[in-house]
Amino acid sequence: MSVSEFFHMGGYAFYVWSSYGIATILLGWMFISPIFSRKNIIKELRMKYRQQERQQQEK
Amino acid sequence: MSGKLVPWFAWGFAITLIVGLYYGFFVAPPDYQQGESYRIMFVHVPAAWMSMFIYMVMAISGGIGLIWRIKTADLMASVSAPIGAAFTFIALVTGSLWGKPMWGTYWVWDARLTSELILLFLYLGFIALQASIEDPRNAARAGAVLAIVGVVNIPIIHYSVEWWSTLHQGATVSKMDKPSIHISMLIPLLLMAVSFKLYYVSSVLMRARGEILRREQNSRWVKEIVDAESAAAAGGTK
Repeated sequence: MSVSEFFHMGGYAFYVWSSYGIATILLGWMFISPIFSRKNIIKELRMKYRQQERQQQEK
Repeated sequence: MSGKLVPWFAWGFAITLIVGLYYGFFVAPPDYQQGESYRIMFVHVPAAWMSMFIYMVMAISGGIGLIWRIKTADLMASVSAPIGAAFTFIALVTGSLWGKPMWGTYWVWDARLTSELILLFLYLGFIALQASIEDPRNAARAGAVLAIVGVVNIPIIHYSVEWWSTLHQGATVSKMDKPSIHISMLIPLLLMAVSFKLYYVSSVLMRARGEILRREQNSRWVKEIVDAESAAAAGGTK
C-alpha cells in the first residue's frame, strides 16, 4: 500500500480523516486545558492569599 | 498523590492508542462491504462506549455524594461531565460522518441516534445546572439528581437497536456469546476502548487536581501547595 493510497482511504478520505481529526482536536484540547486551568487557579489563589496577608498586616 | 499516578495512565493511554491505531489502519483488512470507511468504527464505537460508561460513573458518584455527602464523589461527578460530553459529541459526529457514505445521510431521527443526542443534552444540562448554582453543595445535589434521573436513557441507548427497527446496526461485540466481528478488527477496537478508558482516567485526575484547589481554597494544605508551586515556578524562570 502506497502513502497516497493510504491517505485516499479507498475514496472515503474526507469521512475517515475528518472523523479522526475532530476526535484528535477535541480530545487533545480536553487533555491539555486542565494543565493550564490548574496553573491559572494557582495564580489566582496566590494573589488571593497575598491580599489576605496584607489585610491582616494592616489590622 | 494523584499527580504521581497521572503519567502512568497517560503513558498507558499513549501506548494503547498507538498500537490500536497501527492495528486499526495497517493490520485490519478493509471491510468487504464498507471498504475503508469502516475504519471510523475504531474511534466511533469506543467513544460511544465511553459516553455511556462516563455517564454511569457520573450518576453513581453523584449518588454517592448525595447519600454519604462525600465531597470527592461530587468532585468526580462534576469533572467527569465535560469529558463524557466530549465523547458523546465525538460518537455523534463520527457516526454522522460514517452515516453519510454508508446510509446516504448525515442524520436520521432513529432511536439509537436520538437517544445518544439526548445523552449529549443530559451532559450539557448537568454542566449548565452546576454552573448556574453558586453554592457547591447545592450544585452537586441538583446535578446528582439530574444525572440519576437521566440514567433511564442508558438502557434505552443500549437496547434501542433491538427494541426498534433502526438504520443503526445491531451490536457486533457481545462479550458473552461469540462476537460477530472478525478478530483482526476486534483487536484494534478493544485496544482503542482500553486507550479511551485510560485517557478518561488520566484526564479526570488532572481536572480533579485543579478543581479541588478551587473548592478547598480555604484549607491549609491548598495554601501550602500554592506556595510551593509558586516558589518552584519563580525559581524556574530565573
